[in-house]
Amino acid sequence: MAKLEYAPAPESRAIVSIREEYGLFINGDFQPARSGATFDTIDPATETHLARVAQAQAEDVDAAVRAARRAYDRVWSKMAPAERGKYLFRIARLIAERAREFAVLESIDNGKPIKESRDVDIPLASAHFFYYAGWSDKLHYAGFGSDPQPLGVAAQIIPWNFPMLMLAWKIAPALACGNTVVLKPAETTPLTALLFAEVCQQAGLPPGVVNIVTGAGATGAALTQHPEVAKVAFTGSTGVGRSIAAAIAGTGKRLTLELGGKAANIVFDDAPIDEAVEGIVNGIFFNQGQVCCAGSRLLVQESIRDEVISALQRRLATLRVGDPLDKNTDVGAINSAQQLARITELCASGDADGAGRWTVPFTAPKKGFWFAPTIFTNASQADRIAREEIFGPVLTTLTFRTPQEAIDKANNTPYGLSAGIWSEKGSRILWAANRLRAGVVWANTFNRFDPASPFGGYKESGYGREGGRHGLEAYLAR
Amino acid sequence: MVAKAAAMGWRPTLPAKSRVSVMKTYKLYIDGKFPRSESGRTYQVLDSTGQFLANAAKASRKDARDAVVAARRGQAGWAAATAYNRAQVLYRVAEMIEGRRAQLEQDCRRAEGLTAAAATKLVDATIDRWVWYAGWADKYQQVVGGANPVAGPYFNLSTPEPTGVVAAFAPEDSSLLGLVNALAPIITTGNTAIVVSSYRRPLPAITLAEVIATSDVPAGVVNLLTGDATEIGPWLAEHADVNALDLDGLDHDYATDLQVRAAGTLKRCYVRDTKDDDFAEPTLDRLTSFIETKTVWHPIGT
Repeated sequence: MAKLEYAPAPESRAIVSIREEYGLFINGDFQPARSGATFDTIDPATETHLARVAQAQAEDVDAAVRAARRAYDRVWSKMAPAERGKYLFRIARLIAERAREFAVLESIDNGKPIKESRDVDIPLASAHFFYYAGWSDKLHYAGFGSDPQPLGVAAQIIPWNFPMLMLAWKIAPALACGNTVVLKPAETTPLTALLFAEVCQQAGLPPGVVNIVTGAGATGAALTQHPEVAKVAFTGSTGVGRSIAAAIAGTGKRLTLELGGKAANIVFDDAPIDEAVEGIVNGIFFNQGQVCCAGSRLLVQESIRDEVISALQRRLATLRVGDPLDKNTDVGAINSAQQLARITELCASGDADGAGRWTVPFTAPKKGFWFAPTIFTNASQADRIAREEIFGPVLTTLTFRTPQEAIDKANNTPYGLSAGIWSEKGSRILWAANRLRAGVVWANTFNRFDPASPFGGYKESGYGREGGRHGLEAYLAR
Repeated sequence: MVAKAAAMGWRPTLPAKSRVSVMKTYKLYIDGKFPRSESGRTYQVLDSTGQFLANAAKASRKDARDAVVAARRGQAGWAAATAYNRAQVLYRVAEMIEGRRAQLEQDCRRAEGLTAAAATKLVDATIDRWVWYAGWADKYQQVVGGANPVAGPYFNLSTPEPTGVVAAFAPEDSSLLGLVNALAPIITTGNTAIVVSSYRRPLPAITLAEVIATSDVPAGVVNLLTGDATEIGPWLAEHADVNALDLDGLDHDYATDLQVRAAGTLKRCYVRDTKDDDFAEPTLDRLTSFIETKTVWHPIGT
C-alpha cells in the first residue's frame, strides 16, 4: 500500500521569542549566577544553539532557598488558603492563554512533536494547576488530619522528558499545600521553566514563592542537600534516586521519588487487535518512548503473536519521524546525544542477544538526534533489552501462554511503575489488574494522565504519588 | 523393699511450697513455629531489678533471612484474604490476649518494673489497640482509595495495596504496647512482618507471639526475632526481598544508618522525629506508610 505523502505543515516559531541569555529566577526576578557561569541549550532536532542559561552554583542555590524560606515565613504561610488558591488559578489560566507559545517552545527545546506538546503536555500542565488550586482551602477535608500544615521549602528536580508537565506536577501541589519551592529543570530543557517564571510574574505571585535554578547534577545535589530544605521531590533516573535517598537519611527531610520503569503491555488472545496495536504504539512511541511509564515490553499471548507483530509492523511503517514542529510528525527527535548513545548501545546488545531487531525504514537528517521506531520481535527475559530501561522508541517483545505466566513475567522486574492489559474479558482484566505490581494499570488503553489521577510506582520505580488527593500527602506535615 | 514400693506405685510426698515449676524456653517465632536460633545462641534477659529472668534466643543473620522467606511466602495468601477475614483474625488476637492477660501483665511488670495497676492499664491499651486495628481492616480502603474524576470517558479507581514484607524494630522500652503499635497496622493492610523485639525486654513479645500463633494468624504473617537489632538490622535493611522498614523504635543515629543501607533497594522507611504517647489514638500514618496506591483506568463506551 502506498504511503500517503503529506505536505509540510510547520507550526510557526514566530510566537516564541527566545532570549540570548537567561538568568536564574530568584525572589521574583531574573539574575545571573554570581559566578557568571552559564551553559548552552540546543534544539535536538537541528543541533542549533538556542540560548545561554545561567548555571547555578552552591551560592546561588543558597540564595534561592533563602528566598523561598523568607517568602514562606513572611507571606505564603500567613496567607489565607483561599487566596493562595487564587494565585494558582491565575497561573493555570495564564498557561492556557499562552499555551501555543509554551507548546512551540517545548518542542523546540525538547524535540517532541508539536502534536504532543500542544495537545497533551501543555493542556495537562494548565489542568494540574487548576486542579490543585481548588485544594488549597480544602486541605482539612483531604484525610490528613483536621489542620494539616505545609512543610516549608520544597526542593524539586525534574527530568527532560516532559519539562513543563513535570514542573506542573511538582509546583502545583506544593504551592496548594502552602509550601514554597525551588525547582531545577533538566539541563537540556530549561526554557519552558524559565517562561513559566514569566507567568509567575504576570500572575503577581509573591516573590520567592517559586524560584527556578538552572544547572546540572551539581546544582541538583546542592539543592537537595541544603539544610533549609524540608522536602525533596525528584523525578529522574533510579540511580540518582537511590543516592538522594541515602543522602537525606536522618536529616528529617521528606522525600518522594518517581524513577524508571520497564512496563509490560500484556495482550491476551481475545484482545481486539487493532485497538491493541494502537495501544502498543502509543505505549512505546509516544514521546519517542522517553517516558518512565512507557509500555516498553510487549507481552503477547503466543497464539496471536505473529498476527500482532505483523499488524504492528504495518502500523509502524505509517509513523512519521521528522521535524518536531511539523504538525504531521508522530515521532520527533531524541532529546540529546547522550540519550541517543544509550539507546544505540542497548539496541546493539539486543542484536548480540539475537533478539530480532526490526526498524522502520528511515533516513536520518545529517543534523539532530534521531532514532526510528524499532521492535525486537523475539527477546528473552534475560536479555538486557528486556530488563533495562532503554528510554527510547524501542519495543521488546516477549510471549506467554497462560495468564499466570503473563503476570509472573510482567512482575519479574525491580521496577513497578505501570502496566497495560488488553483483553475483552472483564473478569480477566480485573484479575490481572489485581496481580500486577504496578502503581498505574491501563486496561484497554495506555498513557492516560489526569491531574485527579494518582501516579507513581511500586518497588524501585520510586515511592509517593503525584496527582489526585494522594498527591497532597507529600507536601503536608505528618 | 524397693521393688515392693515400686510395685505399689509409691510417690514421694513433698512439702506444699516446694513445687518445682516448669521453666519456659523462650524461642523465636518464624513461619508459625517456634524454633531456637539456628546459631544456637542465647542471651540472658534480666528483669527490671537486674535479676535473671530467662535465656532468650539470639537471632542470627540466617534466622532473619529465614524469617524473610517465611514472610514472603505468607504474604500473597494474607493479602488475598478478604478484609473481613483479616479483621476477624485481628480481633481474635485481641480475644486471645484478653484470655491470657494475666501472663502478659506479669511479663510487663517484670520487664518494665510496672506496678500492678500500670500493667493492667498497659494490657488494656494493648487489647484495645488490636480491636481498633481490627476495625480498620475493612474500612481504610474507603478512606484512602476512591474513584478519580478524570477529564475523559474512563473508569478510574485508586485502591490501596500492601507493599509486601515489612521489617519492624520494636522500641527498646515499650516492650509490648510499643511493639503492637508498630505491628498491628503493618498486618492490618495485608503486609507480613518480621519484628525485631526489644533487646533488653523481649519476653512480652514472645508471649505475644504465642498469642498470635493461636489466633488463626497464618504462618509467616508475623515473625518475631529476639536478639540484637544492631546485629541483624543491616541484613534486613539491605535485603532485596524486604519492601519496607519501620525504624521508629530505633534511636535516631541507628535508624539513619539503616535508612542509608535501605536506599540501595529503595525501601519505604517509616520513622518519626517526634513520637506520640503510646497510649494515644494513632493517626492513620502507620496504616498508610506500608500501602502502595494502584490506579486503574478503563475506557467507558459501547
